[in-house]
Order: sequence, then C-alpha cells, then structure tokens
Amino acid sequence: MRYVDEFRDPEKARYLVKDIQRLAALIPAAANRPLQLMEFCGGHTHTIFKYGIEQMLPPSVELVHGPGCPVCVLPMGRVDDCVAIAECPEVIFTTFGDAMRVPGSRKSLLQAKATGADVRMVYSPLDALAIARDNPDREVVFFGLGFETTMPATALTILAAERQRVANFSVFCNHITTLPTIKAILDSSDMELDGFLGPGHVSMVIGTHPYHFIAGHYHKPVVIAGFEPLDILQSLWMLLKQLAERRCAVENQYARIVPEAGNTQALDAIQQVFEIREYFEWRGLGSIDHSGVSIRNRFAAFDAERRFSVPNLSIADPKACQCGEVLKGVIKPWECKVFGGACTPETPLGSLMVSSEGACAAYFNYGKMSGEVPATVEEVS
Amino acid sequence: MCLGIPGQITRIISARERRAEVAINGVRREVNIACIADAEHPAESCVGDWVLVHVGFAMSRISAEEAALTLDVLTQLGEAQLEMDRMRESGRTGPMA
Ligand code: SF4
Repeated sequence: MRYVDEFRDPEKARYLVKDIQRLAALIPAAANRPLQLMEFCGGHTHTIFKYGIEQMLPPSVELVHGPGCPVCVLPMGRVDDCVAIAECPEVIFTTFGDAMRVPGSRKSLLQAKATGADVRMVYSPLDALAIARDNPDREVVFFGLGFETTMPATALTILAAERQRVANFSVFCNHITTLPTIKAILDSSDMELDGFLGPGHVSMVIGTHPYHFIAGHYHKPVVIAGFEPLDILQSLWMLLKQLAERRCAVENQYARIVPEAGNTQALDAIQQVFEIREYFEWRGLGSIDHSGVSIRNRFAAFDAERRFSVPNLSIADPKACQCGEVLKGVIKPWECKVFGGACTPETPLGSLMVSSEGACAAYFNYGKMSGEVPATVEEVS
Repeated sequence: MCLGIPGQITRIISARERRAEVAINGVRREVNIACIADAEHPAESCVGDWVLVHVGFAMSRISAEEAALTLDVLTQLGEAQLEMDRMRESGRTGPMA
C-alpha cells in the first residue's frame, strides 16, 4: 500500500498497523460492533485523510471525526454578526483567512468584502492591533476564533492593546473550549464512543490534567496525540492497548510538545482576559453549556460584542445540511445528501466543506468518497 | 492556525515587550515570545531557539529535529504554504475598489 511508504518510519508504521489488528481482536466489545474512536481535532482529521490512516485499520476499528475544527463549528448567526459589524462604515474587520468563506445566512465575510465592506485577512491578532494603531480614525475589530490553542494569542493581544492604550481596537470573541464539548459528546445518546485521541496543540496550552474526568468519570481512555501520521498510528495503538488491557487512563503520546501542566504563561493570560460563558452555540451541535468564553468586564472597552450591538440571532442551518450528524459521527460525510453535489469545497453549503480540517472537505479532497473496502493488513504490509 | 509552524528565533526586538524576530521557512517576521520566556529562559537567552509559532505567538520550544520533521509534514499537508501565504498577505488587502 502506497501510504505506509510515505511515513517517516514505514517499518514502525507497519508494525503498529499489525499490532493494532492483534489488539483489536482481544477487545470483547469489538466482537459485536466496530470500536468507535474519536479524533477531536481537525488537524488530526486532515492527517488521517491525507495519509489514508482509516484504510490501514482493521474493520473492527472505526474513526469518528470530531468537532475540533473551530471554523467548521461556527454557527451561521455568528457569521451574520461578523458581517453586520464589518458593514459598519467606520469598521475595518480583521479575520484569519480560514473564516472568510464560512457561509452566513445572507453572506460570507468574503461576499461582504466583495460588496464593499473593509474586511482584511490577518495572520495574527497582533497584525490587527497594528492596523488599529495605523488607522486611529477607524474602528478595528478582530474576529477571535479557535480553541485554547489560539486563545492565549487573543488574550495577550488585548493585554497589549490595554498597555499601549489603543482605543480603536476590539475583539469579537468566538473562542470555544475543548473540555465542555467533549463532555457534551460523552453525554450525548447519539454515540457510543470507546476512546479519544486528544488534541495536541490545545493540550500544549491546557496540559493533560483537565482530561482526567474522561478516564475517571466516563471510563474512556484518552491519548493526547501529535499530528504526524506516525503519531496518530502510535496513539491509536496506545488506545487499543488500554482497551485490550481493560485500563482507562490519560496518556500523552505528544510529550515532546505537551507538558503535563500546560503552558503557565498562556493559561495566565487566558485567565486574566476571559471568563466562561454560560453556553455557546455550535453549528450542527446546538447550544453547549460552558463551551465558549467571553471577555471579562475589566476589558469591556476591547469587547466588540459590547461596542457594537450585534444581532446575535440563532439561525438554523439550511435543511439539506447534515453537518451536525457528521460532526457527531452519526453519518459519514459521503452519506450527506448534498455531499459533492450542491456542497463542495468551491461552493460550500455546510462549514465542514470550508476548511481543509473539516471532515467533508478532507473526504472530498483526498478522494475517499465512498465506503471503500478497508485494506487488509496483508495488503498494507 | 491550529497546527502552527516551526521557526528559529534570530533576534530579540524588545526583551521587555517580549518581541522577537523569528525565521520561519526562510521568511522573517515578528513574533511574540511571552509564552516561552520566563525566569528560567529570559528573553535575551532565546536567540537560536526553535519554537512552534501559532498565529504570531511562539507557543512551545522544540528541538531542531522536531522542527524539521514538523515542517516536512506541514509541507505534505499543504499547510506550510498556506501559513506562509497568510503571513505574507496579512493586513495587505483593503476594501475592493
Ligand atoms: S456535505 Fe456539506 S452540508 Fe453535508 S455534512 Fe458535509 S459540509 Fe455539511
């Protein structure tokens, strides 16, 4: 099989694939139904499709592609709010390029830009702050987006804006949190998951301790994984090993990047600037308790939600979209009625087509359009 | 934005403000190092260090080997080129005339 040869260490990859099959055969649950392992992070989803990792696994092990792509879970209502802010004549609206094409109910940010709104792509919130310093007569709004990986960047930028007394800078905060979302998935009756691949770069910030409730309370194993193909295979192997040995613990495959205590400075900045929201709306998943953060009162001057009156409406996704069912692993991307027809990466209906980390775009781009018969281990080795 | 990109710190612009210049895949850009500088690693001592950069912030110190491998995978995923484009185009695009 061609994929294994692209691995950094094909020998090791072959060994892991073989041993994953051996371990799966030892797990009683796998006798009746395939084991369902969720990779939470969109970066993992991308690697899994690019390297054909699903095709290397025995039929008794299935991967469920989780909601850990922040662009993919942006609800329409929030995109509409962005467009409403961006269309204020005094505003320069700054955003990561990834969010430009996410459909809103009227338009995307890209369409707003085409119709005259001053929307600018930035690489970093610091670039947005620099634009604010350069344009004192304009209101510069940064679209804060992402899990705990990008949260410290936004927090540190707000702290810098305060220090530098930049009065025309604010953040439209849409940062979301990982753990309440995993908890909501575990509490959902739609799925029966057997284990989690934990997100690597979120964990680099928050550390490994916050995951312990998954093993302790829900009795599911967690392995925090890097995003190289070999990292993912090894992490899957570690999950299966726990399941075969009837253990559940939080293990850290990505220890070279993820310290157990996380990043103290980053956590401090988050703590200073943000507080947990009661609930936050997710595309496809609906409202999830405590799954987002907002800007603390002390920094109200930098909070675009307070400076601009945003409609903040909750808008249902188009009827044909089945993003929610894909996000929950209830159906596979190609089973969505509009997949590859009305919904493609060029003309996305749902947001899972917008980002390369979205499961639908990944399936589409790498041509895994149907339930191909998984390769057997003999073919792999 | 979630995967980050490795770079090497080439110069400290302001130790107090935690601003450094980082060479990322041959391109130099300013990066904030507040998350990797501490009492044990004062800003001045960070020159030469390899770091993983997320949206303009160095988030983690990595080995030179890890940096090379990460860049390799990011290139294969198409993410390295995207990230370089994002850096290059940042803030340049004003309203469409
Ligand atoms: S094909 Fe489009 S609409 Fe259907 S689940 Fe995927 S992104 Fe959503």
